[in-house]
Amino acid sequence: MAAKTSTDKASFKPRIAAFVCNWCTYTGADLAGTSRLQMAPNVRIIRLPCTGRIDPLFIIKAFERGADGVIVSGCHPADCHYTSGNYHARRRFAVARDVFGFMGIDPKRITFSWVSASEGGKWAEVVNDTTARVQELGPFSAYREMEARV
Amino acid sequence: MQALQELARKLLTDKTANVVIGWGQGPRGPRPIFVTQPEHADRLIFDTRCVHNLATYLNPRRAHLVPFVKKAVVVKPCDARAVAGLIRETQVKREDVVLIGMRCGGVVRDSDMDGKLTEATVSPRCMDCPDREPKLADHLMGEEASAPPKGKGPDMIAKLDAMSPAERWEFWQKELERCVRCHACREVCPMCFCDRCIADKSMPQWIESSPHPRGNLSWQMTRVMHMAGRCVGCGECTRACPVDIPLGLILRKMTQTVEERFGYRVSDDPTVPAPMGAYRLDDKQEFIL
Repeated sequence: MAAKTSTDKASFKPRIAAFVCNWCTYTGADLAGTSRLQMAPNVRIIRLPCTGRIDPLFIIKAFERGADGVIVSGCHPADCHYTSGNYHARRRFAVARDVFGFMGIDPKRITFSWVSASEGGKWAEVVNDTTARVQELGPFSAYREMEARV
Repeated sequence: MQALQELARKLLTDKTANVVIGWGQGPRGPRPIFVTQPEHADRLIFDTRCVHNLATYLNPRRAHLVPFVKKAVVVKPCDARAVAGLIRETQVKREDVVLIGMRCGGVVRDSDMDGKLTEATVSPRCMDCPDREPKLADHLMGEEASAPPKGKGPDMIAKLDAMSPAERWEFWQKELERCVRCHACREVCPMCFCDRCIADKSMPQWIESSPHPRGNLSWQMTRVMHMAGRCVGCGECTRACPVDIPLGLILRKMTQTVEERFGYRVSDDPTVPAPMGAYRLDDKQEFIL
């Protein structure tokens, strides 16, 4: 990744895609909003029925379409609306994280979290922390350079 | 070899099997052959150049072989692991296959080499192989084999793990830019059994089909994810790759992760459940906030 000048970094506004489950994290994010918690405006939420629906390919696709970071979040273990979707997802993400990291995607760009419907505060924290971390890492320019190649 | 031919003749004569899938002499070394007539059984051979994983012909995706129903397959220990994988994931019924297990002390890298096994010629897949004979077999053939020679080479996984993400990115970009998207890695794989591959779907198109680095990266990442807990480490994808991308390296890394995290070891026991279809309540989740 090319070194970024300080002005570059200051003007950089990370784009973060968040894949969240309908039952816990989406509701939690809604609570964060209705509680008027201050959050970084860089996160775009994509609502899915369950973390079990989140294919690691979604993460790749998000990076392909210009995301600098990704959040994946759903119900805490034992709280899944469909009983076991998050357990299956947990195994899948554990492998995906390692494989993506091995192929050169910085694991710091991807946040996994469990946020329940009552944890609006935790959601705001996840959003702010991830945004700060990606801000620090800078734009995912390696991916953009690869995309621009003919 | 004689015993193998005799057994094949017997299986075809008494109709225990409609086809015997094994290796025969081809113009450039052994190649897979399908023996359907008892009088052709003497075409079967087995030696250290029989590299192909014939379990791939049991894959239900190979529609032209489905009509044979009862198939006999000659398997090395690594091939037996692939057959076990297909049975485990209900792609093949155990009673529909006759497995002719061959004792094996390793094979060479490719079938067109001369059959001498040395440190330089041994296939990378054989270096860590603990099995000298397949346990999942109906018949066991061949002579007692000794362990294959240990090939020398840098431990690439450790080398890559020690790199920074940016360096690893560079490494894979250099490798993947050669990819021509021929999908030979998929076609040769005994464990790729989707009716319709996601790489072929165009509405929506998840994986770009042209040989552009963007699609190449997402194709390989997706393939490895689909192989999680399935890959038997037979190395056929690496052998089939026309541009020599070290595909086995990513798969070995994935297999390590699956073993460390879920305690799953690739074996030729079909009753062990597949790790990605199962879960434990106490699976490690140190990476999840």
